[in-house]
Amino acid sequence: MCAASNPVAGRDGLAVLDAEEIRRALTRIAHEILERTHGGDEVILLGIPTRGVPLARRLAARVGEFEGLDVPCGSLDVTMHRDDLRLHPARALGRTDLPPGGVDGRTVVLVDDVLYSGRTVRAALDALNDLGRPRAVQLAVLVDRGHRELPIRADYVGKNLPTSQREVVHVLLTEIDGQDNVTIGDEGR
Amino acid sequence: MKRHLISAADLSRSDALLILDTAEELAQLADRPIKKLPTLRGRTVVNLFYEDSTRTRISFEAAAKRLSADVINFSAKGSSVAKGESLKDTALTLEAMGADAVVIRHGASGAAHRLAHWVRGSVLNAGDGTHEHPTQALLDAFTIRRRLKGQGARGAGLDGLRVTIVGDVLHSRVARSNVLLLSTLGAEVTLAAPPTLLPLAVGSWPCEVSYELDSELPKSDVVMMLRVQQERMTAAYFPSVREYSRRYGLDVERMARLPGHAIVMHPGPMNRGVEIAAEVADSVRSTIVEQVANGVTTRMAVLYLLLGGTEFPATEAGQ
Repeated sequence: MCAASNPVAGRDGLAVLDAEEIRRALTRIAHEILERTHGGDEVILLGIPTRGVPLARRLAARVGEFEGLDVPCGSLDVTMHRDDLRLHPARALGRTDLPPGGVDGRTVVLVDDVLYSGRTVRAALDALNDLGRPRAVQLAVLVDRGHRELPIRADYVGKNLPTSQREVVHVLLTEIDGQDNVTIGDEGR
Repeated sequence: MKRHLISAADLSRSDALLILDTAEELAQLADRPIKKLPTLRGRTVVNLFYEDSTRTRISFEAAAKRLSADVINFSAKGSSVAKGESLKDTALTLEAMGADAVVIRHGASGAAHRLAHWVRGSVLNAGDGTHEHPTQALLDAFTIRRRLKGQGARGAGLDGLRVTIVGDVLHSRVARSNVLLLSTLGAEVTLAAPPTLLPLAVGSWPCEVSYELDSELPKSDVVMMLRVQQERMTAAYFPSVREYSRRYGLDVERMARLPGHAIVMHPGPMNRGVEIAAEVADSVRSTIVEQVANGVTTRMAVLYLLLGGTEFPATEAGQ
């Protein structure tokens, strides 16, 4: 690869999590959600498109498995609430699917693949605000790569991954990409 | 997508599907406690209406407001237009006020196209003379897709559906836009009208033509009735309203000849008893009220896609 022109040489394409590690991280997060919410009562999981959605479904399935609960699970598109809309041509919208019963009075766990600047989560909080009034909102992410630009933190983290801003974290999930893994690349921004 | 929406022919199949899929997402907003999105905050949309209109103007206004844009309504009556101001001077005034989009309805075919050369923002054609009304075609396509392909049929076109457009095609901007858009989306369109109410160039349109309505009914999935536009008729196009109604009007008896799943559409305003019988307009097959609701949703999608992102580069101006 292009190691010569690479300022943070050495880990382009490096695997950070493999399928088995992703599975274990999600299992741990599912247990943590149950612990923090005292048995997962009144919890709903909302995935942020695109890759937060299958992650939310997997977490819901695991929480259901462990406690025999049927945890409502949906998706929350944040496109219309983003702060960078005017920096790109208008984008296609993702899906918002709320489980029946809505978010009022529930503990909403937002689920996304990578936590970076925090701007997506800020948009998600705004979007949620228009949908109802949850009792509490928590955040679960598969990878926290640092470099926050807003005062936002995750409640559940699959893996803390120190990165350079030049690096890019790729999350692949079976439901969308046909395989499970997380890699780091250096095409950067 | 192009910067302006002047003609349904400006839309490629993927543009049209993007608009319909966006509208499908935005349709959910109707069931939410807060029917508003912050997306176009700080943008200004001017409704420039030189012709009377109820539903189109209100629909565009509701769409822009639900996206949090500022809306300025301008109707020719009671404005400087009554004092003789030209379209160009009005356009320059709007330009100076910083309009990001101008929605124009005008009695002259081509007015929207002219306006696009004079203003920096996006121009949305809300009906120009007997030329085009592209957002009406989009909302009709959206209504057809929702009714016949199911809600949430994202990414699907209208392939294989047979649409019959009936009546005053000659004076109808709705018909022209629908023929262009529906054929782009894969539908087979047939125009059923008396020869006097078909444009001369209809042979070059991507559709079939029939002078008989009755033969088309059993094979139609969609029947779209057009209003007989008496205000635009400068000559005698048919012997009498009664005769027109008997040959081309959709009454209960004709509706019974449609396949079971077929729907009946009308862009409004209706002449009940002329092109459509009251019983038909109020039947379960009729999508007329739905079309109005879908109009707001579809126009939100168009406004979002034209104004929601980066401003179009100056080099594209006047396209």
